[in-house]
Amino acid sequence: MTKQAKAVALISGGLDSMLAVRVMQEQGIHVEGINFFTGFCVEGHTHAIRKQDQKKQKRNNALWVAEQLGIKLHIIDVIDEYKDVLINPKHGYGANLNPCLDCKTFMVQKALEWVKENDFDFIITGEVVGQRPMSQRKDTMPVVARESGAGGLLLRPLSGKNLPATIPEQEGWIERDKLYDFSGRSRKPQMALAKQFGFDDYAQPAGGCCFLTDESYSKKLVDLWQVQGHKDYEFDDVMLLKVGRHIRPRPNFKLIIGREEGENRFMEGYKKRFPYLYCKSHPGPLVLADGELNQDDIELAARITARFGKGRNAAEVVVHFVTPDGAETPYSVAPLSSDDFPQEWYI
Amino acid sequence: MSKHTLDVTGQLCPIPVIRTQNQAKKLAPGDILEVLCTDPGAINDIPAWCRINGHTVASSETKEDGNLIVITLTIGE
Repeated sequence: MTKQAKAVALISGGLDSMLAVRVMQEQGIHVEGINFFTGFCVEGHTHAIRKQDQKKQKRNNALWVAEQLGIKLHIIDVIDEYKDVLINPKHGYGANLNPCLDCKTFMVQKALEWVKENDFDFIITGEVVGQRPMSQRKDTMPVVARESGAGGLLLRPLSGKNLPATIPEQEGWIERDKLYDFSGRSRKPQMALAKQFGFDDYAQPAGGCCFLTDESYSKKLVDLWQVQGHKDYEFDDVMLLKVGRHIRPRPNFKLIIGREEGENRFMEGYKKRFPYLYCKSHPGPLVLADGELNQDDIELAARITARFGKGRNAAEVVVHFVTPDGAETPYSVAPLSSDDFPQEWYI
Repeated sequence: MSKHTLDVTGQLCPIPVIRTQNQAKKLAPGDILEVLCTDPGAINDIPAWCRINGHTVASSETKEDGNLIVITLTIGE
């Protein structure tokens, strides 16, 4: 080895990137982590909006992994830049609205910029050949290296032996023989290596770490784009798609109905952006109304609001409609019955 | 040494951590940064971020209403 090289690792908070870093540390490489926040990341805290999840330990897995590894972690907000990746993915979407190949390419490209700005030498990821159907295939992993501009500066330590030699290997910064040859969807090799390294606590995200792989979330985003008439979004849109029941009873408006106290509290923060409804006569959810509502729409929204509250079986309940400027109007309505509530209204 | 306040109330993690990180970059060693937040996740995340990046948490306090969290940190070298 000719020098102590410096690598930046893409840290998701999962096991693979954790192992990739430790493999490099074992070879004497100075590693720091980088974590990109796209707005769609599945974070424990996003789930923690819901009160029922608050008993679970709240931690940011990327920070936690960095601490276990003894490395610095740089968290970078890429919300705005990520829009183009999601809206115009060159390689298309996966099963839902997940642009995995473009996403990985984008992240490696951003990591390469960081490497140049901070005088580091190369990039590592926890990718494994054949692990994921879109971005981690033998034929697509070179695409990420090429299109990101990283080329031979991108090293995947867990599958390094299955891939062409990279610059860190050619330059003698690391030894190829000490890389791994993991491939396929089995997690057993990673779990065995975790045991060898003494990692007994690590996140095991099911279905990836991104809301865009989620069918329900993707449907809500498609609905948003259809109503807008074009593919675009603001950060608040992204957040609100994560909470509540989304119901579109008519094309011109949608209701977001809090499912429990934590969501209601989170949605309180949007009262100055959206009109909202709540049941005055009985306990019930906070309901945000997104769209232009006429009087008939407001009455229907009030009946739906009543349906999701404790007064759902009452003959009549009082629901208040409140505009963003605070003007409050009471409506006495009958809660909407099951027969009058088509399942197709759920987005 | 100077004292600064960062208000990230209403923001969910990791935004409070990112904003703290970006603010800390502008400060000098020994400066005090008081972070006001409402996401309970910040109670763990901001101290974790401080530990791995060489800053020190002087205090972490949840105010009486149970919502406002004030984390005070000292910027490291």
